[in-house]
Amino acid sequence: MANKIPRVPVREQDPVVRASNFQEVCYGYDVREAQLEASRCLNCKKPRCVENCPVSIKIPDFVMQVLAGDFRKAAEIISMDSSLPSVCGRVCPQEIQCEGACILGIKGEPVAIGKLERFVGDWSLENGGIETVIAPPNGRKVAIVGSGPAGLACATDLAKMGYTVKIFEALHRVGGVLEYGIPEFRLPKDAVVAREVDNVRKLGVEIETDIIVGRTVTIDYLMDEEGYDAVFIGSGAGLPRFMGIPGENLNGVVSANEFLTRSNLMKAYDEEYDTPIYVGSRVVVVGGGNVAMDAVRTAKRLGADAKIVYRRSEKELPARTEEVHHAKEERIDFHMLTNPTEIVPNEKGWVHAIRCIRMELGEPDESGRRSPRPVEGSEFEIECDVVIMALGTSPNPLIAATTPGLETTRWGGVIADEMGTTTRPGVFAGGDVVTGAATVILAMGAGRKAARAIDEYCSKL
Amino acid sequence: MFKILERKELAQDIFQLVVEAPRVARSAKPGQFVIVRADEKGERIPLTISDYDVEQGTVSIVIQAIGVSTRKICAVAHGGTLADFAGPLGKPSDFVHEDLEELRHKKLLFIAGGVGTAPVYPQVKWLNERGIKADVIVGAKTAAMHIMTDEMREVAGKLYLTTDDGTVGFHGLVTDQMKELIDSGNRYDEVIAIGPMIMMKFVALATEQYGIKTTVSLNTLMVDGTGMCGACRVTVGGKTVFTCVDGPEFDGHQVDFDEAIRRQGMYRDIEERARKIAEERAAGHKCNIGLDR
Repeated sequence: MANKIPRVPVREQDPVVRASNFQEVCYGYDVREAQLEASRCLNCKKPRCVENCPVSIKIPDFVMQVLAGDFRKAAEIISMDSSLPSVCGRVCPQEIQCEGACILGIKGEPVAIGKLERFVGDWSLENGGIETVIAPPNGRKVAIVGSGPAGLACATDLAKMGYTVKIFEALHRVGGVLEYGIPEFRLPKDAVVAREVDNVRKLGVEIETDIIVGRTVTIDYLMDEEGYDAVFIGSGAGLPRFMGIPGENLNGVVSANEFLTRSNLMKAYDEEYDTPIYVGSRVVVVGGGNVAMDAVRTAKRLGADAKIVYRRSEKELPARTEEVHHAKEERIDFHMLTNPTEIVPNEKGWVHAIRCIRMELGEPDESGRRSPRPVEGSEFEIECDVVIMALGTSPNPLIAATTPGLETTRWGGVIADEMGTTTRPGVFAGGDVVTGAATVILAMGAGRKAARAIDEYCSKL
Repeated sequence: MFKILERKELAQDIFQLVVEAPRVARSAKPGQFVIVRADEKGERIPLTISDYDVEQGTVSIVIQAIGVSTRKICAVAHGGTLADFAGPLGKPSDFVHEDLEELRHKKLLFIAGGVGTAPVYPQVKWLNERGIKADVIVGAKTAAMHIMTDEMREVAGKLYLTTDDGTVGFHGLVTDQMKELIDSGNRYDEVIAIGPMIMMKFVALATEQYGIKTTVSLNTLMVDGTGMCGACRVTVGGKTVFTCVDGPEFDGHQVDFDEAIRRQGMYRDIEERARKIAEERAAGHKCNIGLDR
């Protein structure tokens, strides 16, 4: 019978201390804490957590192995469905997935599945990983565009099935959004991302960086000249959106993508690196998603007084609950129901202030959230040096534009069915490039489904 | 890693690097650029392609050592390697897609300023290979700063050199030389200007008077160079566009140059500080008042 104790709290870096460094916020469970937390799991016969996991990790099974102290077995169970447990344990929105469905959550707190997954993933990284069974080579070649979560998940499954897999990455580091988007304090790059990527390499997957598909090579070239039987596009949604308000091209206005790429990928926060970053002393971040939280907390760590401006109320914030909680602990100011109307310059064309208008919530819109509308005559200014726009991203049109027969939606997403099949035979797609900006785990789920579809396609060749 | 097969100092602090990059060479077209990173801690620097050879699998770039990052790239020795060399990026020049017959009836004038000579060269060369002779004006501060003159002479129709100090060719600015050519009866259907932002601005202002279509190639700030960051955004015809994916070539009469020049200076103070620190470090000086922190 499960242990009726409260959820085991996780140790974290002190908010005052961590708000000025880039070390990881959350320390994770140690063995004793992990086993204690695992003892809370009811090991349900019909586990709702598994149904709610986009990659269907056998959650109660691995949790039972944690409880029994067989961490290798736990890692093996997770690895059947995910190659990135240390990443997902840290960045998944568990509260709306596995943990959101946990039966314990009805009356109390759900099992800390994310923290347990992270524990198992980290244990595996520390203890030499696990043996994976790889099918003998089947003579088929698959090219994967983009080394983010979708591409890595697709590559993992295909490699296990015996395919020769090569990933083409546009940037100089491997991991896509895990490298350029998510900050070090939430997802350590060398200790976690690079090591989980290495585990994918160990399956025989080759990765070539500095290849911009659509420019350096085209999908036609890969298939016709380099002999790939199929291609999976997991190029993500990298194009930043702006609001279209006056003053957006002033010096000091940047996209969250630029700000985070400078800090994460280019390591501008580390003085040993050459890439500059400008934070000034007061930063306003516009938006309420995970990217906005990442940007505002990065700005804070770089020494700025940092604020969030969001047009809806706190309830509608799309960011993970944990990120909002952490941001508040770090004394980030939240200006809710506030929408920018203009960015005001100083005499040199740099940002002086952001003019905003107060909002109130009206009727629910198509997303089901109550739509905000401006309160007339309520405009005011917030003085600042830097404005960071975190308004979402859309897919890069480059691949679609250079691949005949590959159809896209009005907003640039590659059209693909549930399994990732596109309008071009042999070409599959999944993750943000199909859905628009979403989560790491949904992209991984799409990558896995596409791997099955690619296998089916190749078996008929 | 990308090997440097050849390194030549073309003028003081201006280097030509021939880089082994077969994939880039195979896809490169006139007007495109690459992103170069010297080493693991280096910045991603956009540089226009100055030549490419599909058979040899090489791509040439010309780079002026100005800041910390450009100095680092210039310092990589013959036989050394660059951490990254990604491209070709941006759209090729418009004329690449034009009908050759129509193009043959056009009279083109290229205007190059300083290191802008390097990206002009592959364009003029491409046209020459198709039997189209374009005139070229190349400007520099002084005779010693002129680069690629011999190569350019081989592929250009008429080549006009200018210097600010009169040490070679026309004594004055490229815009003055251009005006003189037009005023003395030369007819041009299109001007393509590549050089410092301020030069392109004044070329565009002058050609507007003459009603000559003008293309410029913008050298804005960039991080990824693939459309992700938006650091390179410029206003063209009242609309915000990204230089890296929508350009780098735009209609010079539509570009908001004042904004582009201001945006180019976004990190100037930070870079100036970094440059000073690097110089002092190189000279063995340890900052006592903490400027290097």
